[in-house]
Amino acid sequence: MTQPDPSGHFGPYGGRFVPETLVPALDELTAAWQEARRDPAFSEELTRLLTRFAGRPTPLGDALRMGTEAGGCRVMLKREDLCHTGAHKINNTLGQVLLARRMGKRRIIAETGAGQHGVATATAAALFGMPCDVYMGALDVERQALNVFRMQLLGARVVPVQSGSRTLKDAMNEAIRDWVTQVRDTHYIIGSVAGPHPYPAMVRDFQAIIGDEARAQVLGLAGRLPDAVVACVGGGSNAMGIFSAFLADGSVRLVAVEAAGHGLDTGRHGAALARGRPGVLHGSRSYLLQDDHGQIVEAHSISAGLDYPGVGPELSWLKDEGRIELRQATDDEALDALQYLARTEGIIPALETAHAVAAARDLARELGPKGLLLVNVSGRGDKDVDHVRRALAERVAKKKRAKR
Amino acid sequence: MSASPDRIQAAFSAAAKRGGSVLVTYVMGGDPDLATSREMALACAAGGADILEIGMPFSDPIADGKTIQAAGERALRAGTTVASCLALAAEVRRRTPAAIALMGYVNPVMAYGEERFLDGCAASGVDAVILPDLPPEEAVSFRAAAVERGVKVVFLLAPTSTPARIAAACDAATGFVYFVSVAGVTGARTSLPADLGAKVAAVRKRSRVPVVVGFGVGTPAQARAVGRIADGVVVGSAIVQRIAEGGARKARAERVRRFVASLSRSLRR
Repeated sequence: MTQPDPSGHFGPYGGRFVPETLVPALDELTAAWQEARRDPAFSEELTRLLTRFAGRPTPLGDALRMGTEAGGCRVMLKREDLCHTGAHKINNTLGQVLLARRMGKRRIIAETGAGQHGVATATAAALFGMPCDVYMGALDVERQALNVFRMQLLGARVVPVQSGSRTLKDAMNEAIRDWVTQVRDTHYIIGSVAGPHPYPAMVRDFQAIIGDEARAQVLGLAGRLPDAVVACVGGGSNAMGIFSAFLADGSVRLVAVEAAGHGLDTGRHGAALARGRPGVLHGSRSYLLQDDHGQIVEAHSISAGLDYPGVGPELSWLKDEGRIELRQATDDEALDALQYLARTEGIIPALETAHAVAAARDLARELGPKGLLLVNVSGRGDKDVDHVRRALAERVAKKKRAKR
Repeated sequence: MSASPDRIQAAFSAAAKRGGSVLVTYVMGGDPDLATSREMALACAAGGADILEIGMPFSDPIADGKTIQAAGERALRAGTTVASCLALAAEVRRRTPAAIALMGYVNPVMAYGEERFLDGCAASGVDAVILPDLPPEEAVSFRAAAVERGVKVVFLLAPTSTPARIAAACDAATGFVYFVSVAGVTGARTSLPADLGAKVAAVRKRSRVPVVVGFGVGTPAQARAVGRIADGVVVGSAIVQRIAEGGARKARAERVRRFVASLSRSLRR
């Protein structure tokens, strides 16, 4: 796997742009992580948790009806939605809670957008009996009431954040402020491949199990590597998790699907890679949605998990290197894809994942009957059903109004 | 090298001569509008501040507590940019000999262009730049470009800083070193850590340049206590809070001037 330089740079991206107070904690975390990677006892314990608690390995399924309908392409689904807590996020939180214990930290904090990372963090903290505070934008607290309650059931305290746009980026600001204040006894579990070094590389390593399993499973079931791997990208943890195993396979196209929201040209989207410019947010340099004056612009997506103005630095670098292809799906396309996968395959994906499904349908048609496509089903849609029901009702009402 | 006078060094020499420490004050540029913030910075100077920090607002200020966050939001609503903060600094420079330091986050500076920003600093009479999210490791090219133009780059140290990091920041520092008194964000606090004196002494011992202490200092009594152990004291949120209390521009300026004068008196030994 590609490693950043010692100070955490992927080409011109990444690094550590944080207040001085945090730098020693990041050094401590980097050292603990490097040490843990070489310690067989650590990987043994993590493997035990991932198999006996989180339900790994996740299956690789065939999307038979989707493939047939697309003209015969073989479409395979990596079922991260079947992980405990309903998404890939648990792979990372279990690993980081183990690291926190190793460092002697007694308290866990996290930020969350849709609530999936918050739930996965609260779960891991509950498993080890550690107190856990989850920062969540006040707007997301309203939008994701069910996940707020799940976190509370798991014993976590959910702290609504009222500053700025009251969404994920503001929750991350507040989590960083908490960490600066209580850094000696607190570990901050970042949920994506974003933030200051070592988070982008460390979270990717914890998520790399997705790609490691999927690559072996595809080779076993199909006897060859896929033509393309598709994943949605908000911060990019599920994408880097599945892409990392294929980075060295030059023949495998890696397709990152960003949220086009209301449309790329409306200014209301979450496509930092496609439409952003390099800048610094939350401790690292990467593509960012920002205005001409360097102020961060609010992202928009129907999916709270993709509603983020930044993206992981390694993805920025892979974009510049030409190793990943960028595609987008709008809110409407994601809604359609969610219903499509539910009806053709019996899987209700998360709204985030639905963006990848939308692009996968197009790709499957393009690849044709000889094609082999791997899709990361990063999470399940249970958390979204209420939101989707309202969005679909709104869409019907809009169409009716247009007819009149 | 620029031929402009070294106002930072002059401020510390003057304080040493009068037997006290330097007073550094903070005002957010453009809070609640550019003209008011200019008068507030000048009121600080009139009250006896030696170094005037002018904040440049950013949408995501991770090192700031609620008071300065709110000031930044007001400034952004008023349309404040890096360019307008440079213009503000130039106006302040025309009306006071006090040293000026621009303080902000790295992204707006990058978007404006690092060299263009430093050119603007030199042209506007800005003496120093403080970017809390630009640690020495990431500041190599920025620091070199600043030194070329005679602009100081101030690095921060914290209670958590290791001896190796203290050495690195002290070696990279120009102008002065900014020691953050508490692990935390900006904002006035009721008490300061008991081991502050020992921590500051360790940094002063290592540093070629003066060491100022900020974050959490909000009263004349706290300023006096910190002034005894450091070369300078920074007061930010307590001033920003007095500006936010509202009123006519003149009334606010008088409130700020009086408060700063009380801080300044407390620093004279």
